[in-house]
Amino acid sequence: MERYSALSLLRGAFNGQKHWQPAWRDPEPKSHYDIIVIGGGGHGLATAYYLAKVHGLKNIAVLEKGYIGGGNTGRNTTIVRSNYRQAPLHNLFEFGLKMWEHLSDELNYNVMFSPRGSLTLGHSDADMTMLAQKGDAMRCDGIDAELMTRDQVTKFEPLLDMSRSARFPIEGAMIQRRGGTARHDAVAWGYARGADTLGVDIIQKCEVTGFVRDGDAVVGVETTRGRIGAGRVGICVAGHSGHVAGLAGLKLPIESQTLQAMVTEGVKPMLNSVIQTQSLHCYISQSDKGGIVFGGDPDNWPSYAQRGDPMIMERAIAQGLALVPALSRLRMVRTWSGVTDMSFDGSPIIGETPVQNLYLNGGWCYGGFKATPASGFTYAHTLATGKPHALNAPFSLDRFASGATIDENGSGPLPNSR
Amino acid sequence: MQITCPHCGPRAQAEFVYERTVDSVVPLDATPEEAMKTLFTRNNPRGVDEEIWRHTFGCRAWMVITRHRVTNEITAIRAVGPEAIP
Amino acid sequence: MINFTFDGKAYQAQAGDTLAAALLRNGIGLVGRSFKYHRPRGIMTAGVEEPNALVTVGEGGRTEPNTRATDVFVYEGLVARSQNRWPSLSLDFGAILGLAAPIFSAGFYYKTFFGSAKRWMFYEYFIRKAAGLGDAPSEADPDHYSQRAAFCDVLVVGAGPAGLQAALEAAEAGKRVILVEQDSILGPSLIRDPQKLDAAWIEAIAARIRAAGGRILTRTTASGYWEHDLVTLTQRISEPGQVPADSVAQRLWHVRAGQVILATGSIERPMAFAHNDRPGVMLSQAVRTYVQRFGVTPGKRVVIATNNDDAYKTAHALQDAGAEIVAIIDARPAPAGADNGFPVHNDAVPLSTKGARHCLKSVSAQVGGVTKSWDADLLAVSGGFTPVVHLHMQAGGTLDWNEAAQAFVPAKSRQNVTTIGGAANPDPVFTVTPASNPKKSFIDFQNDVTLADVDLAWAEGYRSVEHLKRYTTLGMATDQGKLSNMAALGRLAEKQGVAIPEAGLTTFRPPYTPVTMGLFAGSGAKDGGAHIRRLALYDVHAAKNPIWQPLGYWFRPRAYPANGETMQQSSRREARTVRTSVGMTDVSTLAKFEISGPDAAAFLETVCATTVNKLAVGRGRYTFMLREDGFVFDDGTVWRLDENRYLLTSSTGGADRMATLLSYVRQYLCPQLRVSAVNVQEHYAGIAVAGPQAKAALTALIGEEPPRHMSTVPATIAGVPVIVLAASYSGERAFEIYVEASHATPVWAACETEVSAHGGCLFGMDAMDFLRIEKGHLVVGTEVDGRLTPQDLGLDKMLNKAGGFIGASGLSRTAFSEPGRRQLVGLEAIEGTIAEGAMLITREGETPQGHVTAAGIRVMEGGSIALGQLEGGFERHGEELIATSPTRGQKARIRVVQPHFYDSAGERYRD
Repeated sequence: MERYSALSLLRGAFNGQKHWQPAWRDPEPKSHYDIIVIGGGGHGLATAYYLAKVHGLKNIAVLEKGYIGGGNTGRNTTIVRSNYRQAPLHNLFEFGLKMWEHLSDELNYNVMFSPRGSLTLGHSDADMTMLAQKGDAMRCDGIDAELMTRDQVTKFEPLLDMSRSARFPIEGAMIQRRGGTARHDAVAWGYARGADTLGVDIIQKCEVTGFVRDGDAVVGVETTRGRIGAGRVGICVAGHSGHVAGLAGLKLPIESQTLQAMVTEGVKPMLNSVIQTQSLHCYISQSDKGGIVFGGDPDNWPSYAQRGDPMIMERAIAQGLALVPALSRLRMVRTWSGVTDMSFDGSPIIGETPVQNLYLNGGWCYGGFKATPASGFTYAHTLATGKPHALNAPFSLDRFASGATIDENGSGPLPNSR
Repeated sequence: MQITCPHCGPRAQAEFVYERTVDSVVPLDATPEEAMKTLFTRNNPRGVDEEIWRHTFGCRAWMVITRHRVTNEITAIRAVGPEAIP
Repeated sequence: MINFTFDGKAYQAQAGDTLAAALLRNGIGLVGRSFKYHRPRGIMTAGVEEPNALVTVGEGGRTEPNTRATDVFVYEGLVARSQNRWPSLSLDFGAILGLAAPIFSAGFYYKTFFGSAKRWMFYEYFIRKAAGLGDAPSEADPDHYSQRAAFCDVLVVGAGPAGLQAALEAAEAGKRVILVEQDSILGPSLIRDPQKLDAAWIEAIAARIRAAGGRILTRTTASGYWEHDLVTLTQRISEPGQVPADSVAQRLWHVRAGQVILATGSIERPMAFAHNDRPGVMLSQAVRTYVQRFGVTPGKRVVIATNNDDAYKTAHALQDAGAEIVAIIDARPAPAGADNGFPVHNDAVPLSTKGARHCLKSVSAQVGGVTKSWDADLLAVSGGFTPVVHLHMQAGGTLDWNEAAQAFVPAKSRQNVTTIGGAANPDPVFTVTPASNPKKSFIDFQNDVTLADVDLAWAEGYRSVEHLKRYTTLGMATDQGKLSNMAALGRLAEKQGVAIPEAGLTTFRPPYTPVTMGLFAGSGAKDGGAHIRRLALYDVHAAKNPIWQPLGYWFRPRAYPANGETMQQSSRREARTVRTSVGMTDVSTLAKFEISGPDAAAFLETVCATTVNKLAVGRGRYTFMLREDGFVFDDGTVWRLDENRYLLTSSTGGADRMATLLSYVRQYLCPQLRVSAVNVQEHYAGIAVAGPQAKAALTALIGEEPPRHMSTVPATIAGVPVIVLAASYSGERAFEIYVEASHATPVWAACETEVSAHGGCLFGMDAMDFLRIEKGHLVVGTEVDGRLTPQDLGLDKMLNKAGGFIGASGLSRTAFSEPGRRQLVGLEAIEGTIAEGAMLITREGETPQGHVTAAGIRVMEGGSIALGQLEGGFERHGEELIATSPTRGQKARIRVVQPHFYDSAGERYRD
């Protein structure tokens, strides 16, 4: 595999860029793999990569029903951060954030991780206290977080509406400077190329239609490209976890909902960071191409439609414009939707299932992208060893029955209340 | 979507709030194990399911909607509540 | 004549001109620079699909970057500027990037700029500056946008011949019709090609549609097709950058249609050949539009390249306008019909163009294996027609491949939508395989994607159409692939060795054309869509100029500073007044429900985790509620007003979800109960009077002995009927007075008079917080954070032993009885001040064992105290800890104590 570098590109300038090989192969499925990962999104590909890289496993396949990175990996707002209040969450995401910082080099694929700062605005003293509490929890666990005064926020993001008469006046903010954005597609492609180089078979257009059972144990999968045997099978299809787990007779604490996002036409740089807020439900950042990327709340009802409701989008835009009035005159050029796994405490599930040899990685709600490296790394550990990694141990499926839920917002078991 | 409220007729979805699925309803007399299992598992099909919605910004009545999760086709809506008890 | 400026120079346009027409009228061919290589670009189309001629129009807060010159109608004083160039449009240093194009192949940025994240940010700084297109405005938008809902039987999209006819038929059949046209005129294609039907015909049809009650909207785009035949229309009332004559700049329509008819026509395709992006290369129908509609002839010596008959109409139009047709390069092997007198070359495809000073100079083509070349200043291209199927696809439809037209046409519809006219039946064409240098053959003009980029993506394994799009950025520009997608699919299919329909399709997503963000927000942009909930006594408080505090959508007085006090001084004084004499405060925002009926007690025992049914008439008690999973949900008080009538209060922050819970129980879970549960949160205003003098004040107010602690009586104050509850949140003898909101003002005034007479004052939320922290009373949202159980909060002794309430089933879960749970504790400072939200640790560098939920002071003696959650806290009273807030640089040495600091015996609030 030709290593990517400026020099190599320069060489291509003289040969018409003709020396590049496919970033990943297009293999026929084998009859048996030691481990099969279902789902060729960022998480699944990262899992396969770490299975090969860290655990030295050779006989691994990723099965993807469509094309890799075509689900939520390619449909999110590309935000990377680890600013959570609950320790199991900020520890997991921080582990991931540290991996993001070196991921381009690790994969020899520029994922364009850009730590421009994750800014969370506070609109009241109560908001500022909540932000301080979250920041304090992070700082005590060695994670960066700073509070900003109004003046500091004004200097940092000059286009924010800082007027006192604003409906949601900005009293200050918390910033995680190491947070930012990354190029979502590149994450899937970089992991795919890395995994492929290490011998992982990435099999696209291969939908899993059932599980092969031997007694209680799963010993393979039925697919649109035939039966494939497996030692262990890891589901990694967030958005569709309920459907795939259902093929194995499992019911999950997950409801699938649509999450919409949108982007404006490109403009020259106007926003410096990723803007979120404590009281409102929108998040805004500017992509490298110049488009302003907007996200909001999920459509609060179950759906696999990848189509949202315009009112939800209009509300998110109204809130975004209240924060940054200069966005009003830009034009929205595209909307899109992903199907998210809304779990029943707002936190992901990574670990074993009641079915032998079958493992689950899902329930990421609308926050899975940033976890991609950490999710892949810990899930690979679990798939390789059959045991949880210290970081994913709290995120077991049985925490719902036991009551050890990890509820960042404290909003309880019904997904539409969070 | 457009939802036909059993009391008010067809109305824009924005007037309604989805509350929960029928399969999530925990009967008051369930054993603790049954109750937690009901609360924490869902059919969540990529197909038809029964959902509980409320005409929150209209008549506030509750109803059960049978809806396809991919096509959004609504095949049945029934009123619930004291008035719906035969 | 209409005056406008472009890059600071004054020009004149004619009425009805688009900016593109006006620029061509003034001989301006170079209009913009491309996104990546900064190549000079001109006007390519005459419609919304324009990829090249993007300009910034308007000034100040009305600045609109990336406006298509083909989609803005010139108005007096229009100011337009070219963009993405420095220092000027004709001399752009960014064009140096074009020289490096061999390096900047598709996806080059994935292959370089390695190193630390900081290093990438260094490169990224320059990449971001080079990217983007126009400059965004930095000021707030001064214009207003309105939103409107509408219903119709038939919505017709597109006022071409098919759309006009369909609208007429429906309207005259008595249906409610809305006809929308994105252009400023009806039937723009008929004005372009007036052979058969003309403006008079259009006007007659339009008049009949209107006479039959139809609504016709021009300058209105059906931009989104949502579920159940909801279509969003975006209507331009003023042009981009224009000061609106009316106050409204644009209007967003939500139209629920019985049936939708799409008569959206088609978009002409360019052809791929070298330097096909040069100013002077224009689509054939666009040329015809400029000639016939605007009276502008964009060239004198014209070459036409085509694979279909339609382009011959352009030849005639140009000839009639006095231009010379130098050559017609027709891809088809044999002449199309009778000799038309034009120099037609069959079996011919364009190869390349040459230019000078950003103008077209010559065109070369391959004619049956021989290369020929012509001098020309305009090249009109027609590569066939792409039906506009966007709305059909947004509605969930499917497509069929029309081989003759080499185009996708609508097939099945999932919603009630049909496509008619050219969008359903595009003209036949001849397949053309590009023959020239792929490196300079552009297919996505705005994003500078060439055939070579498609080839490279293919070679590198990005073979799904979605991978191709994302890797090359093809179809991701402001035109969203309207011109480029088919060319890319053709090349991809060629690579795969399959027919185009097997190569796959990208998803069509709203909006059809870009939509101003302000329009989506509507009036919501001013308040984030969140209306303020106003206290019934708002004016009374406002007159006292308090410090306000947001609380959900409410604002409540936080403190009433007097004589230059700080907020802290004021709150402390207010709290001390409550402890020493009497204070009053507005508690109207508390959730309140009236529960009545023979089964009211049973209903409450379902909702509340405490017993209710033994409550005597006229008595009340503290209660709390659980979520279904056993965690504490909310708390409040329940009062038995009458035999079968109760009043339930609960927290302000949880009011809406409590209302939902009660409604759920009433309507869904227990519909058999004979009970009504009415939300009376805003029906009643609430006034709390607290302090050692409260009883005396109440006695004076109601003219009788006030109720004992946790009792209630109906009474009259200032002639207004009220409910008096004796309940204490502050720890002092206290009363809550509930009065119908519309009659609250005189009651408040009477209370204020009496409170003053007893040496009291008003108190705000901060004082209330000091008082309740000292008493260890819970607040939903801080102590009750949705993660603690009744046991964790010390409430378990009050649980209804009989069970049967919501959440009872969750209490026996194993994690609820594990050691090390976070439990409610009191904290007092030994040294320093405790910060609210601070973490609790035993020594530096340790992961937190809990946190401070609420910090306050001992109201009388002073001294920092707090409530908190601490792992295993019940067993740790007396232990010393650190409350640290690294984000605020605040630290205190503290001791864990009981969570009440004042009158633990509860002597002060009883008689």
